[in-house]
Amino acid sequence: MKKGYYGQWGGAFIPEVLQATFDALNKAYETARADASFWQEYVDLMGNYSCRPTPLTYAENLTRHFGGAKIYIKREDLNHTGAHKANNVMGQGLLVRRMGKKRVIAETGAGQHGVATATMAARFGFACTIYMGEEDVARQRPNVFWMEKLGATVVPVTDGSRTLKDAMNEAFRDWVTSMDDTHYVIGTVCGPHPFPEMVAWFQSIIGIEARRQILAQHGRMPDRVFACVGGGSNAMGIFQGFLEEPGVELVGVEAGGLGIATGKHASRMVEGSGASAGVAQGYKTLFLQSPEGQMRDTHSIAAGLDYVGISPILSDLGEKGRVRFAAATDREVIEALSLAMRTEGLIPAMESAHAFVQAFKEAPAMSKDQAIIINMSGRGDKDIFTIAHAFDDPSWKAFIVKRAEEYR
Amino acid sequence: MDLKKELQQRLKTKPILLMTHLVLGYPSFTVNREVIRQMAENGVDCIELQIPFSEPIADGPVILKASQQSLDSGIAVEECFRFGQEMAAAFPMIRFLFMTYYNIVFKYGEEAFLQRTRDIGFCGTIVPDLPPEEGQTYLERSKNLGLAPILFFTPTSTDARLRTVASQGAGFIYCVARRGVTGQQTAFDGDLEQYLARCRRATDLPLAVGFGISALADVALLTGMADMAVIGTATIKLVDAQGPAAVGPFIAGLLAQA
Repeated sequence: MKKGYYGQWGGAFIPEVLQATFDALNKAYETARADASFWQEYVDLMGNYSCRPTPLTYAENLTRHFGGAKIYIKREDLNHTGAHKANNVMGQGLLVRRMGKKRVIAETGAGQHGVATATMAARFGFACTIYMGEEDVARQRPNVFWMEKLGATVVPVTDGSRTLKDAMNEAFRDWVTSMDDTHYVIGTVCGPHPFPEMVAWFQSIIGIEARRQILAQHGRMPDRVFACVGGGSNAMGIFQGFLEEPGVELVGVEAGGLGIATGKHASRMVEGSGASAGVAQGYKTLFLQSPEGQMRDTHSIAAGLDYVGISPILSDLGEKGRVRFAAATDREVIEALSLAMRTEGLIPAMESAHAFVQAFKEAPAMSKDQAIIINMSGRGDKDIFTIAHAFDDPSWKAFIVKRAEEYR
Repeated sequence: MDLKKELQQRLKTKPILLMTHLVLGYPSFTVNREVIRQMAENGVDCIELQIPFSEPIADGPVILKASQQSLDSGIAVEECFRFGQEMAAAFPMIRFLFMTYYNIVFKYGEEAFLQRTRDIGFCGTIVPDLPPEEGQTYLERSKNLGLAPILFFTPTSTDARLRTVASQGAGFIYCVARRGVTGQQTAFDGDLEQYLARCRRATDLPLAVGFGISALADVALLTGMADMAVIGTATIKLVDAQGPAAVGPFIAGLLAQA
């Protein structure tokens, strides 16, 4: 198969001006991948700087609550900066240092990847610019605050739908001017080759750990693994630990938004989503687009899942039937989040809560000797503004009004 | 006659050729029609008509905004073809090309898109996000139809890369003079003369030079070094500011300098 392709998906649809940059990146990536000391350096860095390995928590109360399969939760929320995003950026940071570049740029939706990149840049001493859709800047102000405090420049993107895809386009525009000293840290398993493969490689640390942990705790492979899917990086991360185990069912959970039938969602792989094959942002995958190929606006309660495309690797795994896809609605997400908080004292990010929704639907019908893993890709407590807003919490609103008065 | 020969023929009587650019449907087909007439009457050789795409990663703010407004007005690919057909019939001296992103071609169907492009009297296509590695069927189908798939040279390309690209292109080569996106006023990269000499050594196809060219001096500077100057963003800005009537004198002025 052609390099960078997964079945019919993937590729590197890049402007000619970036060819030389991609040649250099491919070379640096392949050299690092072939060098066992690079991976060891990465694992050591993540252990020393970012709480890895993250625990696999046995969710005893949730298991009892549903009375079915044993529920285990992979705790990416405990990674530094609060999500799995740190895995990818620290790995790319090591690569940037090897390539001798001095500046990093990134796109961000929810702000998770932006904060992670700004953190990495601070740690490695790189200059950093983050592109973020204007709408996301408005809904994720606390993350903007942290990025700026970490020394990054945050550029609000006012084009298009002013969300993740537009931020990605703008980062590309920066890169075609600045590629000599700048690396574009793509935040997910999307974009032109080698990004899907490279980001999946860095994120595979989740699956490697989870596999070892479930064997230690459960004594055998899990029956199912659940992960939310926007671009798909946390899902690819954990799935890679179990791809070669045909007995382990892998379930990707997309953003069902207000419901697939309403058209206000960000699901590409479930029945009726309306996604079709396309080429945009440098790669070929299933996109939510018009029949003529114009990208549609997407909707999700979780900014990190609010994206038109999906990893070409996951398009392929879905097409082959290796990964099963489901969608969780905004309303179901809030319910699952409440349950996780009250029964286990865990606060998943709204993105991650999508995976909880589907796991909660399936666990009760499974037998008690079966086990499932939910990838808790990030923590929700730092998204207090978004979550409190989603809960429409009266005391929180009163607090905000009062605080605003103080600032007047 | 194929595009390469046609351009070489024209170069026998002109020191430099001119290619201009429009975003279809921006601000309207009515204005597009008037702008094209002005361009044709003032000696433009080629016109690239851009079919808007929602994710134009190679374009700067001016074309980005124009594309968005055109899409917001509900423009359809079918209308672009019909308008193109009308223009090709009305201005037979102009060589028309479609510029767009690959998804538009892909969704229409590569073969069908190219067939239609030829049938309406166009001579080629410019697709900036389709490198030759990904565009093998596109290149082959274009050539079979007698269309010129325009490929790019850039200041970052090695000599080996220039030769690889040149061997797969047709019509002319689009030499990007600067890094960055369309309309960006970065300085000409390094030594323009040296870069264009490198381009010239890599191919016998005519060289069109574009990205950020807007001033009379730019065209004068290119004369002798390149075969065709590409004016993109500058005319969009001009129409925004002064209306379509300003285009004719602007084009005439550019060529008077050359």
